Amino acid sequence: MIELDQVQKSYQVGDRAIPALHPTDLTIDTGEVFGIVGHSGAGKSTLVRLINLLERPTGGRVLVDGEDVTHYDAAELRAFRRKVGMIFQHFNLLSSRTVADNIAFPMKLAGIYSKAEIRDRVAELLALVSLTDQGNKYPSQLSGGQKQRVGIARALACRPTILLCDEATSALDPQTTQSVLRLLAEINRELGLTIVLITHEMDVVRRICDRVAVMDGGRIVEMGAVTDVFLHPEHPTTRDFVFESENVDRDELQQDLQHAPGRILRLTFRGESTYKPLLGHVARQSGVDFSILSGRIDHIKDTPYGQLTLSLVGGNLDQAMAEFEAADVHVEVVR
Amino acid sequence: MMDSLLTNVDWVEIGWASWDTLVMVGMSLLFSVLIGLPVGVLLFLTGKRQLLEQPVAYAILSFIVNVLRSVPFIILLIVMIPVTVMIIGTSLGVAGAIPPLVAGGAPFFARLVETSLREVDRGIIEATQAMGANVRQVIFGALLPEALPGIIAGITVTAITLVSYAAMSGVVGGGGLGDLAIRFGYQRFQTDVMVITVALLVVFVQLLQMLGDRLVLYFSRK
Repeated sequence: MIELDQVQKSYQVGDRAIPALHPTDLTIDTGEVFGIVGHSGAGKSTLVRLINLLERPTGGRVLVDGEDVTHYDAAELRAFRRKVGMIFQHFNLLSSRTVADNIAFPMKLAGIYSKAEIRDRVAELLALVSLTDQGNKYPSQLSGGQKQRVGIARALACRPTILLCDEATSALDPQTTQSVLRLLAEINRELGLTIVLITHEMDVVRRICDRVAVMDGGRIVEMGAVTDVFLHPEHPTTRDFVFESENVDRDELQQDLQHAPGRILRLTFRGESTYKPLLGHVARQSGVDFSILSGRIDHIKDTPYGQLTLSLVGGNLDQAMAEFEAADVHVEVVR
Repeated sequence: MMDSLLTNVDWVEIGWASWDTLVMVGMSLLFSVLIGLPVGVLLFLTGKRQLLEQPVAYAILSFIVNVLRSVPFIILLIVMIPVTVMIIGTSLGVAGAIPPLVAGGAPFFARLVETSLREVDRGIIEATQAMGANVRQVIFGALLPEALPGIIAGITVTAITLVSYAAMSGVVGGGGLGDLAIRFGYQRFQTDVMVITVALLVVFVQLLQMLGDRLVLYFSRK
């Protein structure tokens, strides 16, 4: 478990302190995939680097499994960092070392593993990230997705319990992003690793995170289960991210809504209710006619969800709304 | 036919002069690297926003390097005489030329090392720290291997600079090809000696550059 207790960070510029992170409380549970979203400069990079103390907090405490890591001496800090893997947007592999040597590097630094142990572990990790045949290549000979896989293998070398991902998929194309995210989800599931992932893409959060914090101006402005935050965003920044990830142009949507007749509702289905033939049923029961203005059916991690914007005309509207709610569908009156 | 064109050329003399140049450049390069490399690493590490940021140490080190680099070599050669006598016992000959060559070469090389270390992606240093490396491991495990091609290119440039510095060592009786060119080619108007020594120096520099380029290519994995 990672706990941030009133952790803050500011940078001294001249005689002024510029805050990068305002005092923040945050608890990340063991084994969860925790997403941190924000625009660049929102403080998310700082936040993630405060966890393994690449950045020193200017106030507050960082507790990992109950221990305050900010008071560690140099040796304790190095031992702690071996238990916290980290992967980066630009991979940060050593160009002078082969793939296998890059993966072996943290184990060599640790100085507590035998040559045989290192060799076996490297082979095991190469297999895990599906790069068994690439061990003798240099990073420059690999594609972006392969480089990130090497980064992941390297981060896992010393069997960490936490994996920090700093914009790990931002430099990758959409297809490669998917395969890297699948790998991360697999690692989380099979190794029980806690993953803290920062990104500016809500889509990444939607695919693999359990919970998410949205950051803006050095503060966490919204936090919760991904399904809640995604389907019912409260803060304007969160709304921006969600709309952006759904490719919705808000002005266009407003215009479309203006032309629609009757009552406009936004229905949100989650889990099982997503697949129920509800619309036709409710329409028959209540006598309302409906047209679909916009809609989306997708998954948030493993949970299917649907979100439909309907315009409803005639019939018994109250009855229709009651029936939707009775079927566990969230109803929001847009107009 | 060759002999009639090169009447003044004493090939034994040329041979000894070439050997002297080789010894001066080789020895001074060795010591320039041995001294310049750690100084360059220190310059880098104590620099702004680096691992061991130390503004005062950096300012002092940087000042010494700049002073040595701003003194023209021909002057350095003379200024260094007492120091050379202290180290070598004499300020004359090939051995007497080496300390001033190192005094000129080491700070030059140190700056080149500092520059090539700065070219190493900061992310690599950060990643290495995140793996639990201490400063020594960051330097020897990541910084130096990653900067190796740049450092080799720096050694090449330094070697070539030392070749031209060594030509001035005649001032302290250092000998070598450059000295020969000045004493015979210039002062005694023996154009043939001038042509041969210059040609040999050109070949020498070409060989150094080629060797350096090959090594850089071999160690570059980018």
